Amino acid sequence: MQEFLQQLVNGVSWGGIYALIALGYTMVYGILRLINFAHGDVYMVGAYLAFYSVGWFGLAREGGVGVAGVVLVFAVAMLGCAALGIVIERSAYKPVRRHSKLTALITAIGVSLLLENAGILIFGADPKFFPQIIESRTVRLPAGVVITNHQILILCCSCFLMLLLQLVIYRTKVGKAMRAVSFNRDAASLMGIATDRIIIFTFAIGSALAAAAAVLVALTNPKIDPLMGLLPGIKAFVAAVLGGIGNVPGAVVGGLLMGVAETLVAGYISSTLRDAIAFSLLIVILLVKPSGILGKAVSEKV
Amino acid sequence: MKRLLGGFLLLGIVLGPLACGQKGGDLVIGEYGSLTGPTATFGKSTNKGIALAIRHANEAGGVGGTMLRVVTEDDQGKPEEAATAVNKLVSQDQVIAVLGEVASSNSLAGAPICQKAGVPMISPSSTNEKVTEVGDFIFRVCFIDPFQGAVMAKFAFQSLGLTRVGILRDLRSDYSIGLAGVFRQTFESLGGTICADESYQQGDVDFRAPLTAILATRPQAIFAPGYYTDVGLIARQARDLGITVPLLGGDGWDSPKLTEIGGKAIDGCFFSNHYSSDDQNPVVQEFIANYRSAYDEVPDAIAALGYDAARLLVHVLTVMHTEDPDAFAVLVGGGAGREKRQAAQRKLRDLIASTRDFPGVTGSITLDERRNALKPAVVLKIENQKYTFVERIAP
Repeated sequence: MQEFLQQLVNGVSWGGIYALIALGYTMVYGILRLINFAHGDVYMVGAYLAFYSVGWFGLAREGGVGVAGVVLVFAVAMLGCAALGIVIERSAYKPVRRHSKLTALITAIGVSLLLENAGILIFGADPKFFPQIIESRTVRLPAGVVITNHQILILCCSCFLMLLLQLVIYRTKVGKAMRAVSFNRDAASLMGIATDRIIIFTFAIGSALAAAAAVLVALTNPKIDPLMGLLPGIKAFVAAVLGGIGNVPGAVVGGLLMGVAETLVAGYISSTLRDAIAFSLLIVILLVKPSGILGKAVSEKV
Repeated sequence: MKRLLGGFLLLGIVLGPLACGQKGGDLVIGEYGSLTGPTATFGKSTNKGIALAIRHANEAGGVGGTMLRVVTEDDQGKPEEAATAVNKLVSQDQVIAVLGEVASSNSLAGAPICQKAGVPMISPSSTNEKVTEVGDFIFRVCFIDPFQGAVMAKFAFQSLGLTRVGILRDLRSDYSIGLAGVFRQTFESLGGTICADESYQQGDVDFRAPLTAILATRPQAIFAPGYYTDVGLIARQARDLGITVPLLGGDGWDSPKLTEIGGKAIDGCFFSNHYSSDDQNPVVQEFIANYRSAYDEVPDAIAALGYDAARLLVHVLTVMHTEDPDAFAVLVGGGAGREKRQAAQRKLRDLIASTRDFPGVTGSITLDERRNALKPAVVLKIENQKYTFVERIAP
């Protein structure tokens, strides 16, 4: 029982990471109907930005750096990635926006490869180790289950960011505009909404979320390399589809579900099946409920 | 133009061997390794070790008055370049023996060429079993992968007195699987219990699932024979989960990066290695002093193995010089025919194969019938993020 509960905790905290990355996928898809395959690589860039900013500000100290330092590192990574997201949107996606969806998809894959290889060129292919800017502390839960402060942070962050996003989308003017653009871009534009600006805003937020996820992952698993975004990116995409792509709470539910499923399979069956389970889940959900767990079936408009 | 090129080529083929033959007077030894590329640190360390051994030999008067010369080729850590480099060494430089490589995949690329040409090759530090299986001209001065599994099993059972150990193996690495398999077999035959046998895949960053499964079986230690990048993370996450027992591993742990990433979490863990700079054996300490004065740094295990490989070769050449001066003269050069040269190289091979109890820096080296070195391994303990020598375990 204790082992099972521990595996559950491991799974939920790892799922929090997928959830954070999945939020970015789901937002961009909701607005643009574009699966941004470069999202996982933006996440990678976020991790490196955080890594270098720790060096720039001289924060690599034993025993953590305090709240201000942590906020600084998060800010650098998130702002840097938001800027990167805008650049990618302007230079790669906007020029092909009026083309077919396939063109946009292929462009996204191209951007992803570009970021990965540029990463290898600039950062080097060997893994780097992320300094402990928050010292790891173990918290004992009842029934002998343990959880670290890093894992708690991941869970709190993904829930907090999800709530914040919901607020932005449903309670602000920008959010209203985003919903309008997602509903019908051309009509929204005719109503006087600056669609380009809304799209940029979406990309910036999505990329900043990826960066936040990257810093949190680097804290718990302090190994970063230029290809680190590849698998988590694809799995977060699966998580987004699982929860219902375009649906913000769905991304969180899908992410948590994926994390738990993976951990249980790796812990009880074999770690070789760890990656297989993600894609099995994808196939099952596409067969049973293609719109995802929290997604609504959309009927074709005539 | 084509004809001109052909002419030059022909000229090269005719004159090449002549030119080399005329150089004579020196014993030419070939070396190939990764002086550039991703594994350059391995190649450079080996190169320094070999250069030191050869310099000492020459300062001591060479082999019976004949000086030694090393021709070094850079293979950039790529198997295809390694093949080219060895081809050049064997056919153009006409070396009497080849030293290299560190990475097993590169050794496997060079070995068939040496075997075909009948030139003895000694790998300083390729631990994959397959390397010496290429043929009877291929040797190594390091132990092979599975041996470390047995060493750590003996160490865990006899020295640490453990009876319940869990295993965490890397399913994507033959090295890790090999070590884990032999560890399990040896530990069980000694009377111990393997209470868990979990796995991960190289490149994973989350090891909590298999670690939790191992924790549930209450082991006294965990054998994790992976590479340092993964092991550092494993140690951290194990401590986070409340696993306080030591981790055990092999030479895949040997990197300063291990303690950089593992931090305090890796303290109190043990791993097997080829050599320890703490070893108070005078042979080791003398080597370290010499290496320090030559390069101003502490040699790593790779440098020590390179040094041993070169020294073993020099030793065998010295034996040959006294036992069979005629064959030795053929090796030194001086217009002997192809057949005579081949016979001399076979003689050299036989002498290397008969090496028994050669006192190397990395332990006493005896070559078995499969041309692998039978030699002790050292066990190191990590304390305050530094390695300390614990004991030497014989095969």
